[in-house]
Amino acid sequence: MKGRARFFVPLAAFVALAALLAVGLTLKPREVPSPFIGKPAPAFTRPQLKTGQPDFDPAQMKGQVWVLNVWASWCAPCREEHPILVAAARQPGAVPIVGLNYKDEGRAAEDWLRRLGDPYQAVAVDRDGRVGIDYGVYGVPETFVIDRDGIVRLKHIGPLTAEDWTREVVPLLNKLKG
Amino acid sequence: MTRLLRHWLLILLAGVASTWLVTQAAAADAPDVAADPALEARVNALTAELRCLVCQNQSIADSHADLAVDLKNQVREQLKSGRSEREIIDYMTQRYGDFVLYRPPFKATTLLLWLGPALLLLIGGWLYWRSLKGSQAVASAAPVQGADAALAERLLGEEGDEPARRR
Repeated sequence: MKGRARFFVPLAAFVALAALLAVGLTLKPREVPSPFIGKPAPAFTRPQLKTGQPDFDPAQMKGQVWVLNVWASWCAPCREEHPILVAAARQPGAVPIVGLNYKDEGRAAEDWLRRLGDPYQAVAVDRDGRVGIDYGVYGVPETFVIDRDGIVRLKHIGPLTAEDWTREVVPLLNKLKG
Repeated sequence: MTRLLRHWLLILLAGVASTWLVTQAAAADAPDVAADPALEARVNALTAELRCLVCQNQSIADSHADLAVDLKNQVREQLKSGRSEREIIDYMTQRYGDFVLYRPPFKATTLLLWLGPALLLLIGGWLYWRSLKGSQAVASAAPVQGADAALAERLLGEEGDEPARRR
């Protein structure tokens, strides 16, 4: 019996360690859990990208479920993500998507939307990145789902894929709207 | 000879002067350091404790990522306006979570992180103690007898025949 334990204990220890490391490999250290989930979306007031529009304030969105998408024309992954947002905005009954144009040039941003399509109901301009900091943004694009009461329900870091959108975002939006 | 010397001296002077000019220009780029070294020391000490989220294994003090520079400016501004280190750390964790802290706080979710090494040491010590006790028990419980004893005797005898090897 003792001899057997001698054989099994190191084996069990090895299997446990291998399992631990295997789980570690599937974790994404770049996706830092956001401390905002379940908390009110930080307030801000910023001018809109389109001239002649009133300043944007998240308080204006109270009462509806909405998506805040942080993007910039200099951000390559944003370009990857963009068609998904454009398609989502075209769906019937789509929730409003608001853009936060992060540390970008106004003209470059407008040009980008003209060429690639504009899914945004409004685009707030965060020229100096302060709003980004307040939202804990560290890797554009980032996407937040905010509920009727202005509570952040989801934060997605990095580009949304079509799968992320249908699997992660849409069910949550339906649940929040329902 | 003196002419050559003068020539070299001129080159040297020009070198010193240009170095001085360059450092002056660099100093003009970073007015904050020159303006208040004490503040800058506090900024550096605090940002060295904060993790840059873009390049996760660098501190904000070390990183040149855009966001790290912005955050460093934030820290500088806030220290200047009289906020304490504690308040700024709260400001950062509110936005980026405990992950920004190189020294994670001691709480329920970080218990294993803090106590894990001590726990492993205890387990290792216990295993070591057990195996020591075990081998002692084996050594005292099994006196060499019979054929084994004869074999041991023979081997020891053989060794005895070769005294040179004993050392």
